[in-house]
Amino acid sequence: MALPKYTEPHYRIWHYFYLFICGCVFFFLIAPLFVIFPLSFNAEEFLVFSEGMKRLDPDAFSLRWYKDMIYGTKNPWGLAAKNSFIIALFATLGSVILGTVAALGLSSRHMPYKGIIMAALISPMIVPLIISGVAIFFFMAKVGLAATHTGIVLAHIILGTPFVVITVTATLSGFDHSVTRAASSLGSDPVNTFMKITLPLILPGVISGGLFAFVTSFDEVVVVLFLAGLDNTTIPIQMWTGLREQLSPTILAVATCLIVLSTLILVTAELLRRRSERIRGINR
Amino acid sequence: MSSEKQKILTTDGIPLEVSLKKAEKKNKIKAFLLVCPLLLFLIITYVFPIGDMLYRSVDDRMVTNMLPKTYKAMEQWDGKDLPEEEVFEAFYLDYKKLVEEKTFGKLATQLNFEKNGFKSILKKLKRKMKKFEEGNYKEQIMEVHKRWANVEYWRALKRRAPSYTYAKYLKGIDMYENEDGNIVQVPEDRRIHKILWLRTLEVALFVTIFCFLMAYPIAHLLATLPMKYSNLLMICVLLPFWTSLLVRTASWMILLQQQGIVNDFFVMIGLVSDDNRPEMMYNKTGTYVAMTQILLPFMVLPLYSVMKTISPSLMRAGKSLGGTPFVAFWKVYFPLTIPGIGAGCLLVFILAIGYYITPALVGGASGTLISNQIAFHMKSTLDWSFASAMGLMLLAGVLAIYWVYNKLVGVDNIKLG
Repeated sequence: MALPKYTEPHYRIWHYFYLFICGCVFFFLIAPLFVIFPLSFNAEEFLVFSEGMKRLDPDAFSLRWYKDMIYGTKNPWGLAAKNSFIIALFATLGSVILGTVAALGLSSRHMPYKGIIMAALISPMIVPLIISGVAIFFFMAKVGLAATHTGIVLAHIILGTPFVVITVTATLSGFDHSVTRAASSLGSDPVNTFMKITLPLILPGVISGGLFAFVTSFDEVVVVLFLAGLDNTTIPIQMWTGLREQLSPTILAVATCLIVLSTLILVTAELLRRRSERIRGINR
Repeated sequence: MSSEKQKILTTDGIPLEVSLKKAEKKNKIKAFLLVCPLLLFLIITYVFPIGDMLYRSVDDRMVTNMLPKTYKAMEQWDGKDLPEEEVFEAFYLDYKKLVEEKTFGKLATQLNFEKNGFKSILKKLKRKMKKFEEGNYKEQIMEVHKRWANVEYWRALKRRAPSYTYAKYLKGIDMYENEDGNIVQVPEDRRIHKILWLRTLEVALFVTIFCFLMAYPIAHLLATLPMKYSNLLMICVLLPFWTSLLVRTASWMILLQQQGIVNDFFVMIGLVSDDNRPEMMYNKTGTYVAMTQILLPFMVLPLYSVMKTISPSLMRAGKSLGGTPFVAFWKVYFPLTIPGIGAGCLLVFILAIGYYITPALVGGASGTLISNQIAFHMKSTLDWSFASAMGLMLLAGVLAIYWVYNKLVGVDNIKLG
């Protein structure tokens, strides 16, 4: 983006102004996440930077809130974390299986009513969560699955499948179908072909869809608010309750852990995306 | 003879055309069967429940079934003056049965939705009813509380007679059906839902505009920078995208609080005095700021993916043909990005209009949106049919935008990450 030598002064000023604006927007996007880090190490109970912290006094920092998160009395985070991981894991598994199979059908050129069906399958992503929450709650209450893990897992499968369908169909759009034909002509049955040929090729798309489904489930609070009982509280529910009642630094310790987790997921997703592009021979 | 000659046969002796059609049909069924499990799953657990919401929002049989005798007796009543003795008697008999079955509480809740103050007079009636003597129930019931002698309450009772009703939808837009059967607006000071609908639209619209204004320059920068820099900056967009919504909302709550960093900064540069820090949270400002930051990635990503495909030589061509950089941008570059703008704006608008978590946490009373009202009726007043009606009105709006989105962009063009 270096400017050519002959650029007139007022365009030069405009260009730097533009870069300044971009800088501000990037700052606006990323800076809020970084306030949480230092404050989670605050030795005091307040959610503002203490005088000691501003002087970088080591005594002003402590791991107190992390200890509270793990060992605190009556602390809800252990159960919440366990529930969140179990629910997210099963929801991801369900979404990936249902979504991938559906995406295989959708990307076939023989698929009838492709547009309408695709729109229907994506709809849980578009419909406001509050409405999905109300509808799913009515259903789960009717079949007796409200306040159970199974109910929440099913709800999260509904919300997660659109992401899998989107990513896997995108991967399949660059898929060379002659390789599967070659496999069948060499005597492989469809299941074998899928496991040995198709799946390895679309795996990056499947995994990145799975990551989306995992994050959706792990971060979902609206539907769980309707569905969860006391035994199925999750991390987002605990955070929600904490944020509504009293904003304690323990929440910031949890938030820091979540940011670290999302960074890991982001890196994995990025690596997968690049790998997928390389496999499919798309070079940008 | 000649037509038969042209027919190509397969080795089995079947015309190729027929054989092909058969194979095609088989493939169609195969593809459809693959989609079937998910489609069925969604229909059972998602589409039907939404249909159930529709049914719930108009279903009003509960009250009708609870007071069968009353409504039979009321058929004759014109609704002008107080009803006759037989209506009172029928009501007494119905209510006595409900009290014996211990289900009168449900009736009280339902009737209280219709007219405030019903609950207390029903409770009072329950207590006094034990000492009722046979005959002349009209007098006795009217003795219990003066509201029982108010014709308004009996009219409210009659309004709940039909098994199906669209009253909840009317309530959602601050209207009701009055005694003469005309649909009129509620008094000005009680039009709360209209304010909420307008505020939801306003917030969604402004958040979309703010997101667009902020996303356009950075998407352009990301698309024109060399890969090694843009990949690094892309992290700034993707990290918030992958981070928990509650974490991001929490960080805004810390930043915007009265002793928070943003206020500290304002005091430092002398914009406001230390003892007069503005309230930036628990109002609309908080909702705007937090929602814009949270939804910004959803605007950047579609814009970026469109801008990435625009060749830089087009701008150079525009300039070499005599346009200033601004003219070249406006006449060449900007029109090419319109598909991305459409996709991003519609996506952000759809997401913003149904937002719940962030307004509930940082919005306070003046920053809550229609979603919060739905949750309120689901959890606090337990008026589920009203919550359903409001939800479906919101859903109708969102689906209309989704339809436009599908026409303009196509759902299969949604890109993630």
